[in-house]
Amino acid sequence: MDQSAGFQSVTASDPDKTNGYRTFTLGDFEFSRDAYFVTVKWPSKGESRSHQMHADDFLRAMMRDVAWGFFYGWVNFDEVIGTRNHYGRVDMYAGSYNASFKDAGVDYTQQFETPLIMATFKAILRDWVNEGFDPFAAPEETGSAFGIKHGDNIGAIERTRIATKRMPGLVGDSPLRDDLPVNRQFADIGQDEPEIHAKPGFEHELHAFSLFKYLSRSDVTWNPSVTSVCKQSLFCPTTEEFVLPVFHGNDRVEWFLQLSDQIIWDVGDKDTGEPRARITMNAGDIAAMPADIRHKGYSQKRSMLLVWENATPDLPKRYESGELPPYPVPL
Amino acid sequence: MQETYLGSLGNYRKGSIEIIKGKPGHYAMSNVFEVASHAAPYEKVVVGKNLKYVIETVRAEGVSPWFSASHDEFAVVLDGEIDVHFIKPSDGPLVNADTEGSVRIEGEPAGQPMGYVRLRRGHQALLPAGTAYRFEARQTGVLLVQTILGSCSVEKWAEICIQ
Repeated sequence: MDQSAGFQSVTASDPDKTNGYRTFTLGDFEFSRDAYFVTVKWPSKGESRSHQMHADDFLRAMMRDVAWGFFYGWVNFDEVIGTRNHYGRVDMYAGSYNASFKDAGVDYTQQFETPLIMATFKAILRDWVNEGFDPFAAPEETGSAFGIKHGDNIGAIERTRIATKRMPGLVGDSPLRDDLPVNRQFADIGQDEPEIHAKPGFEHELHAFSLFKYLSRSDVTWNPSVTSVCKQSLFCPTTEEFVLPVFHGNDRVEWFLQLSDQIIWDVGDKDTGEPRARITMNAGDIAAMPADIRHKGYSQKRSMLLVWENATPDLPKRYESGELPPYPVPL
Repeated sequence: MQETYLGSLGNYRKGSIEIIKGKPGHYAMSNVFEVASHAAPYEKVVVGKNLKYVIETVRAEGVSPWFSASHDEFAVVLDGEIDVHFIKPSDGPLVNADTEGSVRIEGEPAGQPMGYVRLRRGHQALLPAGTAYRFEARQTGVLLVQTILGSCSVEKWAEICIQ
């Protein structure tokens, strides 16, 4: 083992002589990949347990976990492995939210300081994402993740978003996206801007922009950006195509408002993964994702989705303790 | 390329819920165009609620009353063409700092006209804290308002949600 992956605290091997990829260690977890698969190993009952994912699925999921800063609650890479955010510390788990693994006692959870797990995940992405593969892109828009190591795609995995304080386009706030091209599936979205007729002296107080134009120029999928801030209420619209690369488990209620086209959501129990519902949302539909579920979306055409979050800091404890019901409205 | 489908007051397709375990009501699902089509002009119907925070859907038709709030609010036009006129109140804030949500103002408030913004489908406007604002629909449409539950908010969940 050495420390040569570019981050001081990351533990990584030398590149494999056959496939060129490094193997990474995070606490008791080991992450390795080959031409097609990622393998995750962990200890259980004195043995080593393992789990495999397709490399492209794994990289898309890990990319979202990094980009979202481990997000609100659980980011299930699939039905076995994932992370839980404790806001300052993060759990890495295997089987801990899978009824069969849990019952068999072969699940494993280990908690890490956020900077360590973030640095490790970033180092994995830097090493395992090959030239031509963009884990943020829809499958039609990117090359293959497979094969022995060939180059990298640092530009794709290190896209940065500037945080929005009130609304994009205001002086000193996050930028609009006029310099990005319109996505191929939003070529029919009008690019006109609102008319702002401010009286002299109020030019910097009145503000409007085209949200649909802004979204039509998003160069990523399943990656929300804040576009308006009302105290702790955040509008986080995003554009979606193909499948949400993770099963997001909620530590609070969040809401989805479908702005265009259609997304179908599979909803399962947060702890066990058992199916609960399948929700078809068309343009104009709004629905809550309760605080006790996990969800995964399918969008057969690139669509616009408004994700609405409540960023009040103490919510996870209030939901977990039962102080707040998991459902937002008594019906 | 498939055409992008955007709903409107006159053309929307409400989705559905297939339940395996639990109740449809857990998802408080409605359709903002359907809700607006049954609402009175400028009735602020709550379609999303996250503790004190809300999303309201508004049928924009004709001219609205004047509103103000102690905090920023935001409006997104999903259908129609709507002007938003603003006034900077001259006699101090119209709403107490500890009052949340939109507050309806009787009559036209005294103050300096700030101008207006003209919004069409997909456009978003800032409704700045402390200003008074009024909607004027040039073409009947639908607004989303991001705000906090307040005296003007109307909740009728049993009427609007899939159950």
